[in-house]
Amino acid sequence: MSPLAVTWFVLIAVLWTGYLFLEGFDLGVGMHMLVSARDERERRLMLNTIGPVWDGNEVWLITAGGAMFAAFPYWYASLLSALYLPLVVVLVGLILRAVSIEFAGKGRTATWRRCWDTLMGLGSLVAAFGIGAALGLTTTGLPLDANGDRVGGPMAWFSPAAVLGGLAVVGFCLAHASTFLALKTDGPVRLRMRRFSAVAAPVALLPIVAWVLVVQARSGGPVGWALVAVAAAGGIGGAHAARRAREGRAFLGYGLLLVAGVAAIFTDVFPVVLPSTLDHAWDLTVGNASASPYSLAVMSAVAAFGVPLVVAYQAWTYWVFRKRLAPETIPAPHDFVPAVRAR
Amino acid sequence: MDPLLIARWQFGITTVYHFLLVPLTIGLGPVVLFLHWRWVRTGDDRWYRATRFWGKLYLINFIMGVATGIVQEFQFGLAWSEYSRFVGDVFGAPLAMESLLAFFAESTFLGLWIFGWGRLPKPLHLATLAAAIAGSVASAYFILAANSWMQHPVGIRLEHGRPVMTDVWAVLTNNTAELAFAHTITGSLAVAGSFLLGIAWYQLWQRRRDGIDAVGADGRVVVGEDPSIPGRDRLDHRVWITSLRVGAAVAVVAFAAVAITGDAQGKLMFVQQPMKMAAAEAACHTGTSFSIITIGDPGSTDCSGIVYELEVPGVLSFLAKGDFTTPVKGVDELLPQYEAKYGTTLPDRAIYGARAGERIDYVPIMPVTYWGFRIMIGFGALAAFAAAVALWLTRKGTVPASKRLMQLAVLGILAPFGANAAGWIFTEMGRQPFVVAPNPTPGGVDGVYMFTAAAVSPGVSAGELLTSLVLLGLVYLVLLVVEVLLLTRFVRGGTASAVPELAEAHPDEEDAARRDDVLAFAY
Ligand code: HDD
Ligand code: HEM
Ligand code: HEM
Repeated sequence: MSPLAVTWFVLIAVLWTGYLFLEGFDLGVGMHMLVSARDERERRLMLNTIGPVWDGNEVWLITAGGAMFAAFPYWYASLLSALYLPLVVVLVGLILRAVSIEFAGKGRTATWRRCWDTLMGLGSLVAAFGIGAALGLTTTGLPLDANGDRVGGPMAWFSPAAVLGGLAVVGFCLAHASTFLALKTDGPVRLRMRRFSAVAAPVALLPIVAWVLVVQARSGGPVGWALVAVAAAGGIGGAHAARRAREGRAFLGYGLLLVAGVAAIFTDVFPVVLPSTLDHAWDLTVGNASASPYSLAVMSAVAAFGVPLVVAYQAWTYWVFRKRLAPETIPAPHDFVPAVRAR
Repeated sequence: MDPLLIARWQFGITTVYHFLLVPLTIGLGPVVLFLHWRWVRTGDDRWYRATRFWGKLYLINFIMGVATGIVQEFQFGLAWSEYSRFVGDVFGAPLAMESLLAFFAESTFLGLWIFGWGRLPKPLHLATLAAAIAGSVASAYFILAANSWMQHPVGIRLEHGRPVMTDVWAVLTNNTAELAFAHTITGSLAVAGSFLLGIAWYQLWQRRRDGIDAVGADGRVVVGEDPSIPGRDRLDHRVWITSLRVGAAVAVVAFAAVAITGDAQGKLMFVQQPMKMAAAEAACHTGTSFSIITIGDPGSTDCSGIVYELEVPGVLSFLAKGDFTTPVKGVDELLPQYEAKYGTTLPDRAIYGARAGERIDYVPIMPVTYWGFRIMIGFGALAAFAAAVALWLTRKGTVPASKRLMQLAVLGILAPFGANAAGWIFTEMGRQPFVVAPNPTPGGVDGVYMFTAAAVSPGVSAGELLTSLVLLGLVYLVLLVVEVLLLTRFVRGGTASAVPELAEAHPDEEDAARRDDVLAFAY
């Protein structure tokens, strides 16, 4: 197990955490458009809080995938092919989400808008659940043979761990987006989301807490427990802040719960990246799934240059669009007619 | 059903689809950047309107490229896990670089550009678009470096039967990749050129049909306006004639560049993938002539069914080597060489499953490669010819009143798309039966190659593959309809579809009433 391979394990954990933190509120906003918005105006208000940033956030997922391919090709190959059907559904969810954001405002009728907004919500839900299920199974294992291929048929992956992981990410997205929307909007949506973040969010966070504890109980050590304590502090602090309408602190508190919780999970499973439930001799580990030292060195140089740069300009984007959105700041939908003379 | 066959259809369909959207994004980006830059420099409203209009279409298309690109990133692991294990050490690197160095910049800065109207200082706003487009172009480079490594593996050594990267610069500066990049970027510009040309033509024709513009006795345009139609003022005419001429010029120049780079690619292919060269020609026998029409059955590998109808002597040699006499090897000469080097049957190894021992067919599907190559060149040439004619026809400031011509111009938008798709289908199918082609050039590492039959995920069933193929196929089909519908709608709306101010009855009053914190753009 080379130090470079360990570094890449950490980097991939960072990429997944960054993805869940950033796209966590994007996916959650999509779901809130379905469950918490009262009318079209509110749905548009919610959508526009993530308008300039959602695509940049989604690239964290693409990069996490690309980095797994480059640094741990065996992990990438086994995980994705074993979870073939659920991941295809995730891809369809992500496709529908992406196009809905762009297409919703470009039709004429309210039905058109309603359709795409619904797809946006459902796509977000499906993607969050599927990604959560995949991550849950990554920590508890899949029925893999010696070559790393799934045995037992298309649904062999289905297990309580998949459901728990799926619920964990869905619940976290809903909680995280409620504090995000409270922070980014003004008017009735802000008030409603404040209430959600104080009352419903702590419940929505229970599955992710359960997931962390399950992994911790199975294979955790002292570092894991320390991180669990940090996560708990974040969650409790966040809920407390939410109750007192301290929107910024609530956002950071729940965010800390995620970051420390995911860190605990990755710490616990290390050095196994994908356990086989059939025989632990077939586990994929940091040692046996990684790329060659030269490839890892090259990718390390690229990451040392690229990651800080990305973080810098993405942070700048959030700064540029830091203003709250109120219903009055959203322009009315702009309609137009064909620029030809009627016959 | 054979999982391999379904997996190949799925990869082919999703990738060709992705590459219908990508060239328009790559080509239109620099054009919109140029228009935006002209506006920042001159303050002329004509450039502003053109930027907003073409920018709108650019974004509608962009999102589809993003949506289908996500599938691309993950389908190597999903359906091609053996492939991913085999090539991961080399192939993963450019893919990860693409995300980290290109996609992040592209998506983040494009978000800034879309929502930055009126919020960022003008030069900075322009710079965000430039950064996003730099991201697009960089992404094309990295992914083409990855693909070119499959066509011509370099920078590696063989270890335990798998390639291990030894030199990342060799991978990134693979001559196959450099030429593919130049060829693909110019091919994408050709797409954008015809796109501008066709749509601007439609608008100018519409202005004439509606009696807004007329043609004077000297044949020059007499520009008019119609206050009852939003956006149909005098400036509108200049928006379209400028777009048209910019588009036509881009199309002509891009085609010249595509031909030059394509010629260079042909010369590489001659040394790197001789069988693909032969397949491009349906060349059974070694020779020097370029066939224009071959009839009979170009798919037959015993060479009995081929009839050459029309051949140009020497041209094939020119394509391959730069002279008129070097013979280009035909299938009959290459086949025994391939069989001697890489075997006649699939090896008896676990990854081949039931396919182990099957005979390997080294000849790609000839009708596909042969016609793919000709469609690519033919459609490209057609579009360039049409663009040159268009430049001539519009020299006096507007388009002819003929409806037929307008329809041709709009239809012409499709030609470079077809050329691009055909080029890829030719390149990828001409590589078969290899998914990673061997590198026969001096210094190439012998033994690094992979048969497509070995690449597919062993654990994934035909049923799963079929399910995903149907699901993705249906989603893609519906989205294609929506994309075309929306593009058409925004095209028919003219500049007013992208510049809200033009559609407002009394822009000045509304401006005064408007709060300054209202977003200039919202979804
Ligand atoms: C508008 C699009 C377009 C046009 C007009 C052309 N091409 Fe092309 N061609 C492509 C778009 C394209 C492509 C889609 O971009 C490909 C597929 C893979 C690649 O690198 O570029 C391609 C591949 C490709 C290859 C295969 C490279 C390989 O597999 O190693 C050759 C030899 C050529 N082209 C040659 C030409 C020539 C001689 C042309 C003469 C005019 C030409 N192309 C026009
Ligand atoms: C640049 C990145 C690309 C990579 C890395 C890549 C890689 C691959 C892989 C792994 C396969 C599957 C194995 C096989 O059947 O050969 C394949 C097949 C194929 N690809 Fe590409 N491809 C790329 C670009 C494209 C593009 C842009 C197109 C078309 C627009 C394309 C068209 C095809 C087709 C038609 C096949 C099916 C060929 C067959 O199965 O006979 N590819 N490619
Ligand atoms: C099979 C290989 C390919 C993979 C894995 C792939 C991957 C992706 C991904 C993940 C995205 C979405 C990025 C985002 O969310 O912003 C994307 C979009 C894009 N891809 Fe591909 N791609 C492939 C083939 C190609 C090729 C051959 C080119 C160009 C030569 C290309 C150029 C682009 C560009 C310019 C975009 C930006 C958005 C758009 O296309 O509209 N891709 N691709």
